[in-house]
Amino acid sequence: MLIVAGTGGVGKTTVSAAIARMGARAGLKVLLVEVEGKSGLAGSFGHAGPLSYRETVLSEDRGGSVRGRTLTPDDALVEYLEQHGMKRISRRLISSGAIEVVATAVPGIKDILVLGKVKALERDSDADVIVLDAPAAGHAITFLSSANGLLDAVRVGPIRAQAEEVVGLLSDAARCQVLLVTLPEETPVNELVETGFALEDRVGVSLAPVVVNGLYPALGGLDVGAATVAADAEVHLRPGEAETLDEAAAFRRTRQELQSEQVARLAEALPLPQLRLPFLFTTDVGPAELDVLADALAASLAEIPGPAAR
Amino acid sequence: MSIRELVSGASIVVCCGSGGVGKTTTAAALAVEAARLGRRACVVTIDPAKRLADALGLESLTNMPGRVEGPWSGELWAVMLDTKSTFDALVTQYADTPAQAERILANRLYRNISGALSGTQEYMAMEKLFELHQAAGVGDAPAYDLIVVDTPPTRNALDFIDAPRRLTKFLDNRLFRLLVMPSRTYLRAVSVATQAFLRTVARVVGAEVVDDAVAFFQSFEGMEQGFRERAQRVLELLADDATVFVLVASPRRDTVEEALYFADRLIEAGIGVDGLVVNRMHPRFGAVTGSAAADRSRAETLASTPLGGLFANLADFRQVAEHEEEHLAELAERVAPAPVARVPFLDHDVHDLDGLGEVAAALMAAADS
Repeated sequence: MLIVAGTGGVGKTTVSAAIARMGARAGLKVLLVEVEGKSGLAGSFGHAGPLSYRETVLSEDRGGSVRGRTLTPDDALVEYLEQHGMKRISRRLISSGAIEVVATAVPGIKDILVLGKVKALERDSDADVIVLDAPAAGHAITFLSSANGLLDAVRVGPIRAQAEEVVGLLSDAARCQVLLVTLPEETPVNELVETGFALEDRVGVSLAPVVVNGLYPALGGLDVGAATVAADAEVHLRPGEAETLDEAAAFRRTRQELQSEQVARLAEALPLPQLRLPFLFTTDVGPAELDVLADALAASLAEIPGPAAR
Repeated sequence: MSIRELVSGASIVVCCGSGGVGKTTTAAALAVEAARLGRRACVVTIDPAKRLADALGLESLTNMPGRVEGPWSGELWAVMLDTKSTFDALVTQYADTPAQAERILANRLYRNISGALSGTQEYMAMEKLFELHQAAGVGDAPAYDLIVVDTPPTRNALDFIDAPRRLTKFLDNRLFRLLVMPSRTYLRAVSVATQAFLRTVARVVGAEVVDDAVAFFQSFEGMEQGFRERAQRVLELLADDATVFVLVASPRRDTVEEALYFADRLIEAGIGVDGLVVNRMHPRFGAVTGSAAADRSRAETLASTPLGGLFANLADFRQVAEHEEEHLAELAERVAPAPVARVPFLDHDVHDLDGLGEVAAALMAAADS
């Protein structure tokens, strides 16, 4: 199981989708799970409409596949109660607002139920790997440490047993890793480093390589003045075009430098291998873009010596 | 009305939008600009990045605004919301006796509310807003001309409006309130089925949890009315004409979809969107008459020279700018006639007052176009 985490806005959902796509192309059955009820995951596979509690096939290819589903706390709770012979109670719990009282009194119970269900999926599903698109950074920490927190608050009962099993899964590096995503910008890098250390310390979970998203691809020939080059090549440029070309080139160079600085900072602060994803100069990520990203991930992985994360 | 007019005329600006789009930076920049215009502005932040927090003097965590010195004729104050302290202060204010307040503050269920009950952070942000709005300054004048509120990153657009209702619903929880009654009434009022239900809950999460909940509701007895009235006054403040709502977004498809959703919910609720800020815009290079496609074919024709690379680069930026414009137009149309400000990528992270000044300049510049 791979848990994909990161601050809001870094492209976590896109990266989760790209990882799933990469796995599927390698012949694996991948289950992609989203826990906040947000849309977006399905769209990157070209699938209209939101994901649901039942698995939806998002892509199938050469023996591999990506299936996607949501797993929100309310759904997980209802299923848990049904499985434990408390179906009638589940409706009352929700309509009377008692679940809010219980969830407040036992912090993390909603997250535990989601993680418990993910654990059950890991055990029962025929998927080769589960990719979990986690909540945004701060919440990811509380989400993942909910099991530990719960063990303090609840001494007995099935919920405690559930929490113990979840802790077992999260701390087993062979079964579960957290993959952190960032942009090559100062604040996201700071937050990734903080989150990384917090997860290792408080949750005891093992960290996969980090993904740096949105890197401007290197483009040669940008450090020469357009007017000079045009004169040399005897190409005629329209009025103002040389200036425009130079401005655009300067912008790219500047941003690339900034990004390289941040990539280096990240490497120094958190010595984990880095997987690098290119900025695609688009606002939408669809199946074509997803393939480009999956290629980039695979290429980046191949460069890491030793056994790579699944 | 332009963004500048919004900032100079409003008494409250609420910045809403999904997480990761630059809401906190926008809120702080608007407050800086107001201070420059000579107003006494206070910004309420929720979860600022560490360096920005340092620049605004927020590391002291007092839950009271601190003054930020700078080159402006007005005043800039900043506070980082401490949800728990704000809730504690409310409880202390509305309790009948100090002993009642003590009992609640010590209760385990209460201690978890400020973290666990969804919507509490939003509610306390609005509560803080109310408190600051009521604060008196010199003489009888209000302490602040303008309060800018950052909202927590949330899935639901109207969490900050719904939050008071959700909290009062929680406190009114009928099932548990029955347990607060004297035992004979309780035995009559609570059916066998309900008792069985509670026993099951106790079996699943432990009896202590149910006991904590009962103790909490018992200590809370009598205070819900005070909270409810307060929540009502907060809602009235939000609905006031002098309260302005600014939607913050970035031009990616997913964030635009969330922003459209926010805009629709705000419009439906009769609150509306008074301004739109779109951050992280790529610059538009060259003439509007050009196109990415044209640049790309130039690049191909010229591939054997370095010009090919230069044109390919230009094509890349034109391409992303074209997509961003489409999304911006869609958002602008949805919130029309609200003014729109576009904030470009800056050369560096915004983590100090100079950076905020640059963002503020971009926000105001749009007003003139």
